[in-house]
Amino acid sequence: MDLLSVAFVSAFIAGFLAASMPLLVASLGETIGEQSGVLNLGIEGVMLFGGYAAFVVTLATGSFAWGMAAGAGVGIVTSLFLLVLSVLLGLNQIVIGLAVTLLGGGMTSVLYFGNYSKSTPRLGKDEPFSLWGLSDLPVVGDSLFSQPAIFWIVLALAIGVWWMLSKTNFGLQLRAAGQNPNSLDASGGNVVATRAIAVLLGGFFSGLGGAYLALISTGTFTPFMTQGVGYTAIVVTMLARGRISWVIGASLVFGLSVAVGTVIQLTNINLPTDVIKMFPFVVVIVVLVAFARSAYVPPALGLPYSRGAR
Amino acid sequence: MSKVETKAGENAMTETTTKNRSPLLRRLGVGFIRNILPLVLAIFTSGVLLLAMGKSPAFFYGEVLRFGLMGTGWQRSLVMLAPLLLYGAGLIVAFRGKLWNLGYEGQYLLGGVLVVGFAPFVMGSLPLLLGFIALILVGTLAGGAWTLLPAFLKARFGTNEIITTLMLSFVGIGITNILIRGPFQNVDVTVPQTQVMPLDTMFPKIFGTRIHIGILIAIVVVLIVHYVLTRTSFGLRLDVYGASPKSALHVGIDTPRMVMILFFMSGALIGFAAAVDMLGLWGNMRANWNPAYGSEILPFVFLARLSVLASIPFLAFYAVLATGGALASQDIGLDSHFILVVVALILMFMSVIEFIGMKRDLGQSYLPPTLRKALAKLLPQRKAGNP
Amino acid sequence: MASPDTHSPTASTPVLSIRHITKTFPGVIANNDISLDIERGQVHCLLGENGAGKSTLISILAGMQQPDEGLIEFEGVKTNITSPRNSMDLGIGVVYQHSTLISTMTVLENLMLGDTGSVRLDRKGASARLAELSELLGSKIQGSALASDLALGQQQQVEIAKAMWKGSKILILDEPTSMLTPQAISGLERSVARLKNQGLAIVFITHKLREAYSVGDEITVLRQGRVVKNISAEEMQRSSEEQVRSLVLGAMFGDDIDAAGKSEIAEEISGSVESHRVRPDKSFSGLAPALVLDGVSSAESMTETPVREASLQIYPGEVLGVAGIDGHGQRHLAELVAGQRKPSNGKVLLDGEDISGLGVRGRQRLGIRYVTDDRMHEGIVGDLSVAVNLVLKRIGAAPFWKYGRMNRSAVEEEATSLVELFDIRSPSVQTRAGTLSGGNIQKLLLARELTDEPKVVVFNKPTYGLDLKTVSKVRAIVKNFAGEGGSVLLISTDLDELVELSDRIILISNGRLAGEVRNDSPHTAERVGELMLGPEAA
Repeated sequence: MDLLSVAFVSAFIAGFLAASMPLLVASLGETIGEQSGVLNLGIEGVMLFGGYAAFVVTLATGSFAWGMAAGAGVGIVTSLFLLVLSVLLGLNQIVIGLAVTLLGGGMTSVLYFGNYSKSTPRLGKDEPFSLWGLSDLPVVGDSLFSQPAIFWIVLALAIGVWWMLSKTNFGLQLRAAGQNPNSLDASGGNVVATRAIAVLLGGFFSGLGGAYLALISTGTFTPFMTQGVGYTAIVVTMLARGRISWVIGASLVFGLSVAVGTVIQLTNINLPTDVIKMFPFVVVIVVLVAFARSAYVPPALGLPYSRGAR
Repeated sequence: MSKVETKAGENAMTETTTKNRSPLLRRLGVGFIRNILPLVLAIFTSGVLLLAMGKSPAFFYGEVLRFGLMGTGWQRSLVMLAPLLLYGAGLIVAFRGKLWNLGYEGQYLLGGVLVVGFAPFVMGSLPLLLGFIALILVGTLAGGAWTLLPAFLKARFGTNEIITTLMLSFVGIGITNILIRGPFQNVDVTVPQTQVMPLDTMFPKIFGTRIHIGILIAIVVVLIVHYVLTRTSFGLRLDVYGASPKSALHVGIDTPRMVMILFFMSGALIGFAAAVDMLGLWGNMRANWNPAYGSEILPFVFLARLSVLASIPFLAFYAVLATGGALASQDIGLDSHFILVVVALILMFMSVIEFIGMKRDLGQSYLPPTLRKALAKLLPQRKAGNP
Repeated sequence: MASPDTHSPTASTPVLSIRHITKTFPGVIANNDISLDIERGQVHCLLGENGAGKSTLISILAGMQQPDEGLIEFEGVKTNITSPRNSMDLGIGVVYQHSTLISTMTVLENLMLGDTGSVRLDRKGASARLAELSELLGSKIQGSALASDLALGQQQQVEIAKAMWKGSKILILDEPTSMLTPQAISGLERSVARLKNQGLAIVFITHKLREAYSVGDEITVLRQGRVVKNISAEEMQRSSEEQVRSLVLGAMFGDDIDAAGKSEIAEEISGSVESHRVRPDKSFSGLAPALVLDGVSSAESMTETPVREASLQIYPGEVLGVAGIDGHGQRHLAELVAGQRKPSNGKVLLDGEDISGLGVRGRQRLGIRYVTDDRMHEGIVGDLSVAVNLVLKRIGAAPFWKYGRMNRSAVEEEATSLVELFDIRSPSVQTRAGTLSGGNIQKLLLARELTDEPKVVVFNKPTYGLDLKTVSKVRAIVKNFAGEGGSVLLISTDLDELVELSDRIILISNGRLAGEVRNDSPHTAERVGELMLGPEAA
């Protein structure tokens, strides 16, 4: 296949975006949570729940919009677990996160097996939402800009999260909860309520990310389909240190490495698929090693807050 | 704050509760609540889920017991238990130091694939016993080696080990598959898998049962690990480090060295588990195969309060649950991953019960302030401060 | 904004009335039937030693804790202060002893925190308010500065501004001078005077009698959770400093003056007279120094000030005091001596031998010990028993360990004798060390560090936050140790303590050792104070 052909470039961009977007969405959610001091290790579980819900709903209604909404909604509900147990009761966030991951993987696998394993339905593609004729641009126009509406919504959400974190009172309180919850409490803020909202928002995004993965990136649901994307989101979040521009950048880099893998498969270079699948993770590790010192986390991350604890 | 409680106290001559002179009955009661109740609640809740899916919980759990214990079931459970004991010990060693070695899947698979990969060569050139020892070493060292990068990053730069071990795990899984499809590929078949070890090169069985000697090896090894963790100066240093790295530094413990040692021990034990599993049960490895024991035994390791000795009965329970559950699921038409759900529920109930217990010990209310106030309005007035 | 003084009939109602407040925690009655009034336009001092119950009372007023009994009246109206938000809405502002500013955020961000009025951050409005308050306090505060870049005195000004952000009627200052330079203290006193004149009610908490007298219009003395004396505004005005002092001391110590030994000591401890040296003057000529630091520096750290080219000597039997504002390199200095931190430059010498390469264990065996100021999180491991904590720095060594196994009876024996020797109050040697009181934990640390032939001991803030009995015990221990020929590096922020115990006092500032004062005249405190004023003014 000609490397520079339109078809190829389109495939490349499509693959690139399909990999980047779910990661971006999940990272946005994880960023909100981490900035407030809550580590969500259950992100894979929440994404799976969201993805499954979205899949089921879209299959039933034929509407991608409803599917996305369902995914996000289920994400919020699932993160309630995390909320009650980790934030309200103050249990070990790592343990609870693992439990949520197990639950998500197990439940969705069981449900899928029970309902769809024989039929393995696939969804069609969502209607592209053309933005002001940009999709008429040569070569890249179609693949880059003829994206389903949700793509644009995600970008808008990213900007929204940035604005929320840096320009609003709530964002300030949220960051304070992660930096120094005692200060927030002494200032009259409510640490628990702030973190609770952050966790629910995180759940919204994680569920949405799973929905994106199922509905747009792959067009179906497969048990355990996240394959580490949730954990990658955690890495992205830790490296980005709350800067949304970095979150977007890192997600794109990851998507790029996945797409490069696809490219290599299409060319005549004979690399085993396993190497290709591994490639993004290797990239992440190299980045981690190179930036070992700057994987900085909010000081209060993972520590539950109790006022006047003796 | 609810900590994942350890049995650090057993090493350090500490009273484990402030109410030390409680009568035996009371302690039995507390023991039941902390250790058995989470299991009971989880089984009950999963039973409800089964009902919701139109299956009979009684039938399901009955089958679990039947396949896990009856007939040859108990033998199969013991076979499953052998690697789990070592695996659990590996997790415990790291977790006691508050080092979250979440890369266990990669460590296990790499250990295992190297064992079956080199088996034909090793078993072909060495006598049986030496061959076993050599292969066990291979698996053990491989598992340990795979922890060294995250260990180094943590020891030197304080890099968060959750991420490094997780990412490396995925890489390890990838490398395993590459090895299976590549140098270790069984040329006699088209399916991607390694060569199958002939039965006479695998662990011998005990007295004509299905149980291989791996279980004996495992028990001996974990008892040694338990001794080291609870009775030696190294174990105390580990406890100090796990309780407070600051204090560890203060009393003169070489903390970077401790991190490296703990990680290596953890990975090595997991690699050892893989070796026992391969040499005793599987004898070969297929591509994309991943039993993922680690996530499933985590709750039981915590239930055992990170004590290797206590982990034995808990892991035995899990072995029965998993062995019986796999077959019972098939019987009932349910995906075998249902066990994950049960395990997750156990983890959650255990955390909540621990939390309640801890708050009770400290004499604090375990309800969040807003909830407590709401309830206080409903209930008759009591002395302030206690529920 | 603080309301101008009105002369309406309600001006005689106290802003805050506290009646019969009682608060207990497991094992201790922190506040026992406390009643007092706070009047506007006045400074009301709460005077009491550490552990007297001042902090608990403050946290109740700040809405962080709820009283078990009693009531609070705000401007004559019965009120329950249920949360910090509630307290702030009432107009109660609290400035705590330890900074509640978020170090990674700017001054403006810290001030805007808690302001939930609008969705958007109102930077302009906040800047205007900051300018207003800076004017009021008489200080210059830059909104864009990072909180961590500010000096302690400036941080405090920001905290005061924050406490007054929404308009205050009461300002509570909790031990505000404990970490300030003399210059910063006068800056504080100026601000307090200005606020008072605006009609604000100020509650000033301190354990120094001198301060209470100079700043306060009214004094309430707390002891062991009770009010033991109230000196009203009229009484204050017509009494001299001597009279007030004896009233307070009588109320504070009562029978304990005899227990403390002499009334002079009691007075000193309460900081009512200029402290003076208690130990005999010694000459060290002809002796070789026990410990020498030669041009030692430590590596840069994100969180703490490193030490830069420090050189000092300590002779056998000498106490070298290190004065300075908290956070100027004291921790690194202590760790460099103890072996917890490797020097990036320079050498550490013990009896002439270079020990720079030795770690904690190695130096410990040679007799170098370190009593850390972070008792709970560094000194002890709370979950382990008292007995094990006492041998924690000798893990693996005989006779407590043999072939790696712990010899329990040996450990228990040693622990029992140490507990007795150092009077550590604990239910048993098997009790979890974390359940002990602060004073007993400190005694545990002292017991651990001072056994087994110590030669050079570093004491880092050894009496901080302790009750008076334990304070005098600790100081006696230091004196005895030096008296028997041991060398002491005494790091402290308490100038009185340094003057009492040291042979020489050096100053640490921004990681450098600057200046030395021989403690051989009654003016030592002043001379050290001058040193502190030196190159930087906080």
